[in-house]
Amino acid sequence: MQNSHPRTSGDSAPGDMDETSGSLASYTAGFFFALILTGASFVVARSHLLWAPGLPVGLAVLAIAQMGVHLVFFLHLSSGPDNTNNVLALAFGVLIVALVVSGSLWIMYNLNLNMMPASAVMEMQH
Amino acid sequence: MSASAQMTAADGAGPAPVRIVVAYGFWIFLLSDIIMFSALFATYAVLRGQTDGGPTGRDLFDLHSAAVETVCLLCSSYTCGLGLLAVERHRINLFYWAFALTFTLGATFLGLEIAEFARMLAAGAGPSRSAFLSAFFSLVGLHGVHITVGLVWIVFITAQLAVRGPREFVLRRLRCFSLFWHALDIIWIALLSLVYLGAQ
Repeated sequence: MQNSHPRTSGDSAPGDMDETSGSLASYTAGFFFALILTGASFVVARSHLLWAPGLPVGLAVLAIAQMGVHLVFFLHLSSGPDNTNNVLALAFGVLIVALVVSGSLWIMYNLNLNMMPASAVMEMQH
Repeated sequence: MSASAQMTAADGAGPAPVRIVVAYGFWIFLLSDIIMFSALFATYAVLRGQTDGGPTGRDLFDLHSAAVETVCLLCSSYTCGLGLLAVERHRINLFYWAFALTFTLGATFLGLEIAEFARMLAAGAGPSRSAFLSAFFSLVGLHGVHITVGLVWIVFITAQLAVRGPREFVLRRLRCFSLFWHALDIIWIALLSLVYLGAQ
């Protein structure tokens, strides 16, 4: 009975599909979720539904939700035990991306604040 | 295979099958590619306001074109997945249709992006105009280069499947391609939100 199961190695590759749960249904569901979230991003950006200073946060939340949809429905990542390696690699990638992006923004913001205004530089050159 | 042999395989005593190893390695490559993109994303986020008195993103970006591009990429991701499903169920004709659609949608995306770049260059908003535009062209341009590579890959993998048949190594390469294509879609979502929608 176990022999009929195609996967016996205890690991699953990224992008692997589960034969039993119907991966066509998974792709279609992911496609519609992604369409809805993209539509929502455009509506939020074009209209005044959100408080203007909160707009970047709203867009970021929608984008991260959509990335999650892609990872789960298209790349078939799951929280199952056979997926630990793939999820760990992803978590490490996300950590590095977060460090690079937030670190750059933080450092450059501080540098920008501490820069001498252009007019003062011009005066010093005279 | 006996039950005990299966138990040892399940415990991870033997090497994982090639299919798992290749896909895992390719997954690591994709993550490193995303990290490379993150450096350009950080550059763009820092420089987006440095327009040097030139045109801003609000003046330049056409949201209609960005919306069509997004739908193209999303649909091509979906048809790519359908193609993979078709070939795993030995429906090769369906696979050809799905990948022809994937290619057409990807090429439409690329055409729209090139048209946008041409329009911006004609308006004097090239990469040398301001720091903001340099960051814009390197970030969006790199994504465009990835899409171009993906289109070439579609042609090669389809030809390989036609010549060699749906063998295991061809299927492995197909799975790698589909991971690549989906990852490009994920990067485009970040790009759309930060660059195009964020400029409004």
